[in-house]
Amino acid sequence: MKTVQFREALREAMSEEMRRDESVFLMGEEVAEYNGAYKVSQGMLDEFGEKRVIDTPIAELGFAGIAVGASMNGLRPIVEFMTWNFAILAADQIINSAAKMLQMSGGQYHCPIVFRGGNGTAGQLGATHSQSFEAFYAHVPGLKVITPSNPYDAKGLLKAAIRDNDPVVFLESEKMYGDKGEIPEGEYIIPIGVADIKRKGTDVTIVSFGKIIKVAYEAAELLEKEGISVEIIDLRTIRPIDYACVVESVKKTNRCVVLEESWPLASISSEISYHLQRYAFDYLDAPVMRVTQTDTPFAFSPTLIDEALPNIERLIKAVKSTLYRN
Amino acid sequence: MAVKTASSPSKTTKKGSVASKSKFSKETYVKWYKDMLLIRKFEDKTGMLYIQQKFGGFCHLYIGQEAIVAGTASACRPGDKHMTAYRDHAHPIALGTDPRILMAELYGRVTGCSKGKGGSMHFFDKEKNFMGGHGIVGAQIVMGTGVAFSEKYNGTDNVAFVSMGDGAVRQGALHETFNMAMNWKLPVVYIIENNNYAMGTSVERTTNVTDLSKIGLSYEMPSKIVDGMRPEAVHEAIEEAADRARRGEGPTLLDIRTYRYKGHSMSDPQKYRSKDEVAEWMTQDPIEHCLRVIQENKWLTEAELKEIDAWVKKEVEESVEFAENSPYPEAHELYEDVYMQTDYPYIKEY
Repeated sequence: MKTVQFREALREAMSEEMRRDESVFLMGEEVAEYNGAYKVSQGMLDEFGEKRVIDTPIAELGFAGIAVGASMNGLRPIVEFMTWNFAILAADQIINSAAKMLQMSGGQYHCPIVFRGGNGTAGQLGATHSQSFEAFYAHVPGLKVITPSNPYDAKGLLKAAIRDNDPVVFLESEKMYGDKGEIPEGEYIIPIGVADIKRKGTDVTIVSFGKIIKVAYEAAELLEKEGISVEIIDLRTIRPIDYACVVESVKKTNRCVVLEESWPLASISSEISYHLQRYAFDYLDAPVMRVTQTDTPFAFSPTLIDEALPNIERLIKAVKSTLYRN
Repeated sequence: MAVKTASSPSKTTKKGSVASKSKFSKETYVKWYKDMLLIRKFEDKTGMLYIQQKFGGFCHLYIGQEAIVAGTASACRPGDKHMTAYRDHAHPIALGTDPRILMAELYGRVTGCSKGKGGSMHFFDKEKNFMGGHGIVGAQIVMGTGVAFSEKYNGTDNVAFVSMGDGAVRQGALHETFNMAMNWKLPVVYIIENNNYAMGTSVERTTNVTDLSKIGLSYEMPSKIVDGMRPEAVHEAIEEAADRARRGEGPTLLDIRTYRYKGHSMSDPQKYRSKDEVAEWMTQDPIEHCLRVIQENKWLTEAELKEIDAWVKKEVEESVEFAENSPYPEAHELYEDVYMQTDYPYIKEY
């Protein structure tokens, strides 16, 4: 094993796949000469040249759509968005084109393409730079959606995404790129659609994904001291969701809290909650609880950010409420 | 309010035939004539069937604009790729797609070119390199440029032909794309099927730059105004643009002036234009033009021309017969062709 940063894990995944397959290339704003806005693609221009590591103008709809067209014609593009907030401008190509191409063409054209970049809140960036897109894109049949929470998952899942023949939305975080973690020396792939139990426990299941899962790790440590054993499930893939993993865990713990960085309405937490009441109703000893961002646009001031985001206190309170404890 | 049309046919087309000076062969004219007649009759029939409610959805006919696809098809090479927007019935016919599978698609049948999943606006035929058939105005400009990108990436000398209406040029997608296509010298030819109306809104009501050939100027994209009622003019312009692309010199914008005789879609009352305007353009009809050239040169006898008429009629009739006798897709088809992954775990509640 070796210790790498999240950004290095992503870079290894892309570089390994580009060495393996000539049809894979990377395009996006600042990915080449600048070495990546967040240094994810550092050194890749030197290795692969400007044919395969391509700087684009600031034109998200344009370069995303060019990549979609290239994927229809046999290439396997990786499109980096500086943040998924900017990719809203490219949503037409992701949702109307890539996600639907295979079906609309009756199976004739498919789009093996990965759209990736920073997602979610990243400090005091204001409302337009702080949104999470798991629920947005998970809503769309034809797409696959991945949100890794550590370097190991990031590399294995990005490699799977690049090899996948369907369009994949890959959600990272500006706040995670510097995170360190262990990965194997050699090549490995993590299958899309498989959740991971990050912590074993017996009393309550916390379901989460992406960087906010770190709040669950801290809460679990504190709860352990109070004699509450928490199981933490990292969904890792948001479309398709590994429902079976969640249901099996809840059959054991009989209690569940969903922890999500984004807003409450039409969210992944709503989806998990529905699924549990439908498929684990008889196993639940308490209502499914959730901790999400407040139902408001993300504001600038630190006091408002603290108020908006899920935190340990709220999570612990939610966990205890499923145990009917204070 | 009466709206004056910006480009009347007399500006781009001289009346009378060009047969005596034409560099094109008998075979080319006959092919144009057959293809355009087939498109015209296919579309006439499609309009009738739509009114009879044989199928639903939107329906945008190509009638009047046939010379553009005919001239493009005769000028392109087999490896070239083609993409357009939702007015897409004519392109695959010109490229040689069997009209039966197109009619079946209109009917929503499983034998359709997109298995009944795309409908009128989403025709595809990979075998003929027809890459759609796209419903969002301007989206095909971007994707078609991506196709050109991949051809260059792979080192081929294939060209992507990307068609759009005069309304689509107002999408931001065009400007983002034109910039990158020029910067990267991509092998793409942009074809504006300029029929002067974006649905019911004329060109001059949406812009101060009514000359669409100027749209690419801020990217220094070579451009040309082309007579879209004459397949000869389209062929020559396409050939020149494709040659430029194959030489590695990048894209060309062709502002091809044409006219759709019918409404934007089947539900268009056409109050935005006069009957005189329509009639004036119809005097330039490209099919009658080709027929005139063939007759003047005595390339085909009247009997041979009647044979073509009969063949076209039969093709269209058999298309309808094929479509009407084809089954609808079965329920399981809903879960096919959504993902390449064959065991994708769909959420199924019932």
